[in-house]
Amino acid sequence: MSDFDEELTKLALAEDGKRETSVFSNPGMHFPWLQERIETVVTGGKKKRDFAQTTSACLSFIQEALLKHQWQQAAEYMHSYLQTLEDSDTYKRQNAPEVIWKLGSEILFYHPKSNVETFNNFADRMKNIGVLNYLKISLQHALYLIHHGKLEDANRNLSDAETWRYGEKSSSQEVLINLVQAYKGLLQYHTWSKKKTELSEIDKDDYAYTSETGNSGNQSCRTSTSICALLKTPGVWDPFVKSYVEMLEFCEDRDGAREILTNYAYDEKFPSNPNAHIYLYEFLKREKAPRAKLISVLKILHEIVPSHPLMLEFHTLLRKSDTEEHQKLGLSVLFEFLDFAGCTKNITAWKYLAKCLKQTLMEGHLVWVEEEWMSRRSWWPTFHFSFFWAKSDWKADADLACEKAFVVGILLGKGCRYFRYIVKQDHETLKKKIKRMKKCVKKYSIVNPGVCT
Amino acid sequence: MLPLMLGRVRKARTWDLGCLQEILKSFTERCSQCAAVSWGLTDEGKYYCTSCHNVTDRSEEVVSTAVITNTKINSISRGLRKRSKHEKGWDWYVCEGFQCILYHQAEALKTLGVGAELKNEVLHNLWKRYLQKSKQAYCKNPVRTRGRKAKVLGDNLQSSDCASELELLSDTTLESGAEFQSDPQIPKPFPLVKASPKSEAADVCSGSVDGVEYSEWKEKGVLKMTVPRTLALCYLSLLWQRETITLSDLLRFVEEDRIPYVNAFQLFPEEMKVYGRDKGIFAVESWPDYEDIYKNMIEVAIFLDLPRFPDVTEDCYLHPNILCMKYLLELNLPEEMHSLTCQVVKMTGIGEVDFLTFDPIAKKKRTVKYDVQAVAVIVVVLKLLFLLDDKLEWSYSSLAEAYNEEHREDEPQFDFRKWYQVMKKTFDEKRQKWEEARAKYSWKTKRPIYRSHIDKSVMYKRREMVEHLQKQFSALVGSTPVAEKKDPSSFQFNWTEGDTGSPCFHGHSLQGLLRTKGQSLITKNSLYWLSTQKFCKSYCKHVTTYEESNFSLSYQFILSIFSFLLRIKTSILHEEVSLIEKKLFEKKYNESKKRSRPKKVRRH
Repeated sequence: MSDFDEELTKLALAEDGKRETSVFSNPGMHFPWLQERIETVVTGGKKKRDFAQTTSACLSFIQEALLKHQWQQAAEYMHSYLQTLEDSDTYKRQNAPEVIWKLGSEILFYHPKSNVETFNNFADRMKNIGVLNYLKISLQHALYLIHHGKLEDANRNLSDAETWRYGEKSSSQEVLINLVQAYKGLLQYHTWSKKKTELSEIDKDDYAYTSETGNSGNQSCRTSTSICALLKTPGVWDPFVKSYVEMLEFCEDRDGAREILTNYAYDEKFPSNPNAHIYLYEFLKREKAPRAKLISVLKILHEIVPSHPLMLEFHTLLRKSDTEEHQKLGLSVLFEFLDFAGCTKNITAWKYLAKCLKQTLMEGHLVWVEEEWMSRRSWWPTFHFSFFWAKSDWKADADLACEKAFVVGILLGKGCRYFRYIVKQDHETLKKKIKRMKKCVKKYSIVNPGVCT
Repeated sequence: MLPLMLGRVRKARTWDLGCLQEILKSFTERCSQCAAVSWGLTDEGKYYCTSCHNVTDRSEEVVSTAVITNTKINSISRGLRKRSKHEKGWDWYVCEGFQCILYHQAEALKTLGVGAELKNEVLHNLWKRYLQKSKQAYCKNPVRTRGRKAKVLGDNLQSSDCASELELLSDTTLESGAEFQSDPQIPKPFPLVKASPKSEAADVCSGSVDGVEYSEWKEKGVLKMTVPRTLALCYLSLLWQRETITLSDLLRFVEEDRIPYVNAFQLFPEEMKVYGRDKGIFAVESWPDYEDIYKNMIEVAIFLDLPRFPDVTEDCYLHPNILCMKYLLELNLPEEMHSLTCQVVKMTGIGEVDFLTFDPIAKKKRTVKYDVQAVAVIVVVLKLLFLLDDKLEWSYSSLAEAYNEEHREDEPQFDFRKWYQVMKKTFDEKRQKWEEARAKYSWKTKRPIYRSHIDKSVMYKRREMVEHLQKQFSALVGSTPVAEKKDPSSFQFNWTEGDTGSPCFHGHSLQGLLRTKGQSLITKNSLYWLSTQKFCKSYCKHVTTYEESNFSLSYQFILSIFSFLLRIKTSILHEEVSLIEKKLFEKKYNESKKRSRPKKVRRH
């Protein structure tokens, strides 16, 4: 059978080669016949065995039971489905352990009669069916144990998996080994972090303190080797990065931490990940890095997530900068932030925008404002400044309404309904503010009076 | 010659296999060296232990005490060859395997209530005839095996006539057996020949002596035995005995695990090891299919050159009139319909003895699918009564409903709509349960069949693993007892018991559907549509096609529940309906061939 498989793969490879050349000479031509041929080879052109039919029916019954949270029924069907491990169809038999593991672990996770022991039993069995699933199952087993608070068992499990080797490990297995190690590192971080909080309660001059800190230093070294390997593989590893950096910082290995974070944020092989930039920014902030550096980090974050709360911080940084370019960017950062529905009630943003608009117009950069406004003219009035919003904003947060009214006054003129509604409100404490606002609007509004909605 | 033999009253004898077991059971002494109970026979006729090769001196004693009723087994069961080092077990032949399966199938049929003659005489003789026809045994020169087995009669009995041989074998073995035993040094006339050098390869092996050869055996005109064909043999003997089991019943019993079929090899004695090429011969991973077994049955009957079967007359269970009654009850239809089905049977001539009786020698080698045909007659009658065009049946239902409302005291009229609702609900539930039970079916046995010795440990380990995991999950299932198996019955539904909650329509009348015309009653509905306009005459062997969407919903519903009852494909039932219509409206068919096929045929 295996010979036959090999032959088939060889054949398929040969065909692939052929197809490639034919594609080269005749672009657009593609015959999906190979797949068909493989399929007929698998079924042998014969009628589907009832075995295959009933087991696939069984699978759908299990899926249905899982969907309806009928764990008992699912376990019942699972009892029969286990026979797929003995399927005489090699291809199906090889896929069976993974399917069984996924279904079985799900059932055992939720089943009222199941406990950690049954799950352990199941996982230990499944690990040893076939070779390819060992690491995956070990890892998920460890996660299950962590979920149930069995950290020591999880750690032991991960150690076992870490040392497991089987011939030439494929590249996918390598990632898994790294992951296993990284999770182990994460567990080490957990114990370290617990110890740290304990230490923080002990007097610093105590003898115990110094010895303990020495210990934790050792621990972080071990952790670094565990997590480091994983961080070299492209991927999203937020919790690992975060805890690793925390340990490095504790050991005052700032360069190491910076390198990790910079690499995590800027390496092009890694998928675009906003958190990478956030971590870097926070690190740099702690380090009191120069403003230009902070701005450059947030600039990237701005491109990925313009609605991130850090954008307000970005804005203040930009305002503090002297260059005109940064000033202009500061304005558009606010506009873009407020484009998002989730940010519409952010009073700080509106406050900043009001202030920024006033200042920009005072400095005579009407063009910047018009540029931003151009694309939003068609939808912001209904999005932010409808009469409905005027009423509800005022009711919910008068301060917010005032800030918004100021902005709308500048952008749409004093004739617009939002502005008029707010101005008409009679409020003791805000009276002065509204008056000032009216004056400002008159002075700076970018629209000619009369052309308003 | 066979009917003669079958008819003759003989004393009941033990069956071949029972005898084989008996022989080997008597060798239960443990080996003095290794304490194993696994004996083979040396060329000198002495017994040796197959596990440690220790030769005993017990040969004579053992041989003389063994009750040997069948000499074929006698020679086969000798360990003429040292078994391979991989498996300790008996030397056994593929045909013995099938014989064992047949034995257990016959036993199962007996417990289902079939008369003992079926096992002891009919099936026994059919099997012997098969061995003889396929030249595996009971003949002078077993061709394929080159004399290495079933060297039964050649030396001692000089009869040239096969039939007399057969007779001698079946009746005189008790006497002749003694002769054989008095000569323990039966020479091995032909050395064991390996079929091909390929079989030397480590991965080509079999637990049976001739498994590899058997799987490669191709001989023109010989029908090789397969597991489905054992069922065909069973059905042939049921048919011969005119037993009250139809083919669909038989297959349903197989599916309910009442008759061994799937994994029948697990019934082999422990010492009959099954592996390697035996897998292809004995392992089955599908339930038997009606059409397939039907086809096999005809093939086997032709191969065995069987004479005309006993007549299926009106008092036989298989006669359409009786079967129609049975299915009317099963399908919860009014008993009154029976007179209509009888009329259809009469008009179409499908109740004739010559039509019903299976005659493999006749030119037209076909037999009747009794059960399908009876159900098809009911479909035709329903069409006659209700037209089933998705309109008329519902308007008749409304009339019946109104009548029943007004005459609560009277015998109710049959209300198609109500019947539909009851049947739909019941069958949907039944089908759901059936599907669930199928999904839970366990195909694998405690004795995994490995393809080669390399696989062996892996297969056993896998088996152990599955069992362990199953134990774990069964602990989670809880104490809910598995629905206890019902007693076997040819009925799947019981409508007369009040506790099911579904109303019973057996006593309802057809009054509203018939009217008097002169002296006789005729159906109110005078229209009819044919299920098939044209019969396929090509060589593809199918007669009609059933494209569901072309038919009314009522017709589809009826076909689907009726065919579920028989566990057959709807298309088969549709085909049978068309065939009956062809007979019933023969004239119209002939006319319609000339004219441009009218959609509806007016009935006379």
